[in-house]
Amino acid sequence: MLEVKDLYVKVEGKEILKGLTLTINAGEVHAIMGPNGAGKSTLSAVIAGKEGYEVTSGSVTFEGRDVLEMEIEERAQAGLLLGFQYPVEIPGVKNIYLLKAALNAQRQARGEGEMPAPEFLKLVKERLAQMKMDASFLQRAVNEGFSGGEKKRNEILQMLVLQPKLAMLDEIDSGLDIDAMRVVADGVNSLRGEERGILLVTHYQRLLDYIVPDRVHVLVDGRIAKSGDAELARELESRGYDWVVEETAA
Amino acid sequence: MSDVHSEVSRFLERLKERCAERDRSQGREPSWIAARRQAGAARFEALGFPTRRDEAWKYTDVRAIARGDFALTDSADFSPATAAALTLPLEAHRLTFIDGVFSAALSDLGELPSGVAVLPLSQALAENHEAVGGPLGRLTGVDFSPFSALNTAFMEEGAVVRLAPGSVVEKPILLQFLSRSGAKPVMSHPRILVEAGSRSQATLVEHHVGESEAANFTNLVAELMLDRGAILTHYKLQEAPLADLHVASIHVEQARDSRYTSFNLNLGGGLVRNDLISELNGEGAEANFYGLFYGQGRQHIDNHTLANHNAPRTFSNENYKGILDDRARGVFNGKVVVKRDSQKIEGFQSNANLLLSDRAEIDAKPELEIYADDVKCSHGTTTGQLDEEAIYALRTRGIDLQTARGLLTLAFAGEVLDRVDLDAVSERVELAVAGKLPERFNLAGLVEASLALHDE
Amino acid sequence: MASQEMEQLVRREYKEGFVTDIESETVPPGLDESVIAFISNKKGEPEWMLEWRIKAYHQWLKMTPPSWAHLDYPPIDYQAISYYSAPKRPEDRPQSLDEVDPKLLETYEKLGIPLHERAALAGVAVDAVFDSVSVTTTFKHKLHEAGVIFCSISEAIRDYPELIKQYLGTVVPVADNYFAALNSAVFTDGSFVFVPKGVTCPMELSTYFRINAANTGQFERTLIICEEGAQVSYLEGCTAPMRDENQLHAAVVELVALDDAYIKYSTVQNWYPGDENGKGGIYNFVTKRGDCRGDRSRISWTQVETGSAITWKYPSCVLRGKDSIGEFYSVAVTNGRQQADTGTKMIHIGEGTRSYIVSKGISAGRSNQSYRGLVKIGPRAKGARNFTQCDSLLIGDQCGAHTFPYQEIGNSTATIEHEATTSKIGEDQLFYCQSRGISEEDAVSMIVNGFCKDVFQELPMEFAVEAEALLNVTLEGAVG
Repeated sequence: MLEVKDLYVKVEGKEILKGLTLTINAGEVHAIMGPNGAGKSTLSAVIAGKEGYEVTSGSVTFEGRDVLEMEIEERAQAGLLLGFQYPVEIPGVKNIYLLKAALNAQRQARGEGEMPAPEFLKLVKERLAQMKMDASFLQRAVNEGFSGGEKKRNEILQMLVLQPKLAMLDEIDSGLDIDAMRVVADGVNSLRGEERGILLVTHYQRLLDYIVPDRVHVLVDGRIAKSGDAELARELESRGYDWVVEETAA
Repeated sequence: MSDVHSEVSRFLERLKERCAERDRSQGREPSWIAARRQAGAARFEALGFPTRRDEAWKYTDVRAIARGDFALTDSADFSPATAAALTLPLEAHRLTFIDGVFSAALSDLGELPSGVAVLPLSQALAENHEAVGGPLGRLTGVDFSPFSALNTAFMEEGAVVRLAPGSVVEKPILLQFLSRSGAKPVMSHPRILVEAGSRSQATLVEHHVGESEAANFTNLVAELMLDRGAILTHYKLQEAPLADLHVASIHVEQARDSRYTSFNLNLGGGLVRNDLISELNGEGAEANFYGLFYGQGRQHIDNHTLANHNAPRTFSNENYKGILDDRARGVFNGKVVVKRDSQKIEGFQSNANLLLSDRAEIDAKPELEIYADDVKCSHGTTTGQLDEEAIYALRTRGIDLQTARGLLTLAFAGEVLDRVDLDAVSERVELAVAGKLPERFNLAGLVEASLALHDE
Repeated sequence: MASQEMEQLVRREYKEGFVTDIESETVPPGLDESVIAFISNKKGEPEWMLEWRIKAYHQWLKMTPPSWAHLDYPPIDYQAISYYSAPKRPEDRPQSLDEVDPKLLETYEKLGIPLHERAALAGVAVDAVFDSVSVTTTFKHKLHEAGVIFCSISEAIRDYPELIKQYLGTVVPVADNYFAALNSAVFTDGSFVFVPKGVTCPMELSTYFRINAANTGQFERTLIICEEGAQVSYLEGCTAPMRDENQLHAAVVELVALDDAYIKYSTVQNWYPGDENGKGGIYNFVTKRGDCRGDRSRISWTQVETGSAITWKYPSCVLRGKDSIGEFYSVAVTNGRQQADTGTKMIHIGEGTRSYIVSKGISAGRSNQSYRGLVKIGPRAKGARNFTQCDSLLIGDQCGAHTFPYQEIGNSTATIEHEATTSKIGEDQLFYCQSRGISEEDAVSMIVNGFCKDVFQELPMEFAVEAEALLNVTLEGAVG
């Protein structure tokens, strides 16, 4: 469903991605790992459409559509959803507003009508329970005054409500204690399915004990240096990244 | 100039007719009232209506009032169904005025705690006019503005609230001012007089609303006196019809350790001017001014506030937010004055505005006038753009740019509403703001969903 | 600042208070058409200039002095002022420094004005105004080579009438305000700067004004034009000797910046503020305005105001050109019974225009000070931005500090931010300094200098030192 071909990206004039190629099919969970500064977060940000990233060559297509030509919201409406490493606080905008507006936008893009309020509320409450979150949470402003763990849960909650085709989760494990990690991982695992792809970006193998990926890619210096299955992640955990870096250089 | 003259004399003429008629039908008024009317008329005649050359009216043109031909009414007829639709869903001690005329039918005081009196001004005068004559006009004299002079000349009805020392009114006191559409525009000059005894506590809700076709002129004067330790929360929810002209002068006097909190929420009215002044006369007194105004079409909304720190260790805190669309114009003039020897003062002021259209305009003037050195005073004003990062975050959720802007605009107003304790008021205003936001923002249904959740 | 410098500054008397004994040629007090004709004649002006002045005079007669400022002073008797005073021998003006009256040079020495090349800081040309007539201009030759015209306005009227006709009164129209009209009728001297297309003025230009003879008004007129891509930095410094009578000063400064031009105008003003009872002192009513006519042009005002009994001054920018920039950096210090009402106007007309305002006010003694500013965003000023920071510091409980910022915003894409604070010098800061062995007065001066840092760093180096020194002189006796 997602095809990234020979992608080159500059940030503030500096080349970060240098010919990255990656294919994710429906039903697969991919993990991108790599040392700091390898360009892991850049990949998901470019796919989501963040400003300040200049694509100098290469392509990104999603279900045959040119992602780079799409507006930020069109990407989300098409089913490409990014879970932030550092979710933004939006004072005054209630979570329930964000969820409803986002869901409506998606349905509208698909030519469906708005979800009736009772149905919507039922859906949201179910998902809240799944994420072990209290209903009062919906009336709070998006991420405002949330703890690190609450922010990450909120990202997953949005995924559960919006049901993206491809969920990209950027360092979703950072800043989580072990209990919160389980809740988040359970949430992500519940998203797994025939129709859905998941892209995990992570520095540590730890998360992959909970969400076992189908494919693991090691990103070094702006391109994928090595790919393998879940076993590769374990190898990285015990051996570190240096051997991949050396292998690439060789 | 003869034009200006005829404008003033039209009002004075009406006053003369009214007085003569009243003397005929009700007999002579107590002499102090007659004397004040005379003083008000004389002052109004001397001042005339303010013009743009007067600094306090630099951005507000009141010719729509000056040129108006407003009748006075004695009728309190109003459709009960309309009234029910307009009223705030609030369990309250309620007084209702129709174009300034008291309506017993639409009033319901319920059971008031002992030591608490809430009554129409006419009744208070009839029962004991001397008890009213002392405080009435003590804070807002005829010199304050041409409008306070005009009000004093015409005043007849309004609300008197007396809170005995230590009394606590749990339910809000709701003063409803309904504007009625009729063949001819009318004017009213209501008075609100609140005497809050020491350590008393109450919530006052002043609600201005009416039939959408109405085009009347309301010229209100409110005097709120807070004795030692009194706590008063004052909501002024102004949802007057869009052709209504609305001028309000609100003076607050605060003794030691009293706390006054004002929510000045302006959504309606064609031409609106609010003057809110607090005299912080005793140590430990605290004034909080929160305001929200939303203008669209050709609405003109002017808010002037003044915190007079007349005593040491007094505090004022202000936060006003304005949203202006279409060709609407907003004015914010907030002033903090610290008198000589009023040391250990804290005065904070913040004003933020959003323009949604290039033909809208905001004129802001946050002023500090300080004659003592041990003070912490600051003000900040911003007019401008929404947080780009927040817009991006919303768009990554599939929310389009316009809706994202809409949500953030609603959130902008939300910062004031978050402080509102009365759900009936905050929900009403939030819905109104969501409803007023341009269609391009696609916010329909959002707030309702939130409220539905709340009601469960 | 080194301690001996501090020492030097710690003097109670107004430092610049002495009177130079030079025979003046002065017209009797009073103003009518004949006085204007006399001035115009003295200056050897062409007929059209006299007509311009007379027209301005008639305009002035129809106007009334402004009363909106937060100032309190007795009405000025304009018929009691003498409108012309010149040092003797105007016809045979000195051609070089050697020919300059030694007494004059001595005066400048006492003021510490670096007029001599020895003393002059490298690269500073000085067009010195003594009372009303330009006495000498140095470095003229070097400027001439670069194509820069730097001369007195009187010379410019004679030598460059086309430029004068094209620009004079186009930024500050005659009828702009009461004082501008008066100035237009009776201005006697001032500077003229013209920097042609693409030229960066090779040195900083500087004028020191001085009011000398008793009861003479000073009405300078300055006009600075930077053509496309040109740049200039202009410094204006003012000192005046001590006098009992109030002296009126009503200058007009006009700046014009065409496409990509940059004008930086810095002022240090330390005219006599009057004594501690409010006796004497200069009345300073100045109209300064820059017109960013060209796209991407930039005009920057920096001022350090420590003198004058009454200050009424709002250096402003009209941001007409696309993406043009206006700046205003101000430190104003008032002590004794001084009163200052000062600030700026930023008028955003063009798209993408930006303005920055940093105002630091320090009130001490029984003085009163107001910041008055206007930020206006016109309907066509798409994407305009303004940032204003406006801080007041109070020293002592008998002074006043006031802030009156006006904002008129008519474009939805504009971003305007205004922040203001008023506070006294932190007792904990004072205590900290004192506990390190620093005297209270020195501690205050250190803290105040820190408070003003954002503005001082905008000043050219030599001015920054002078400004700090002046600040300390002004604040003498403010504590304790």
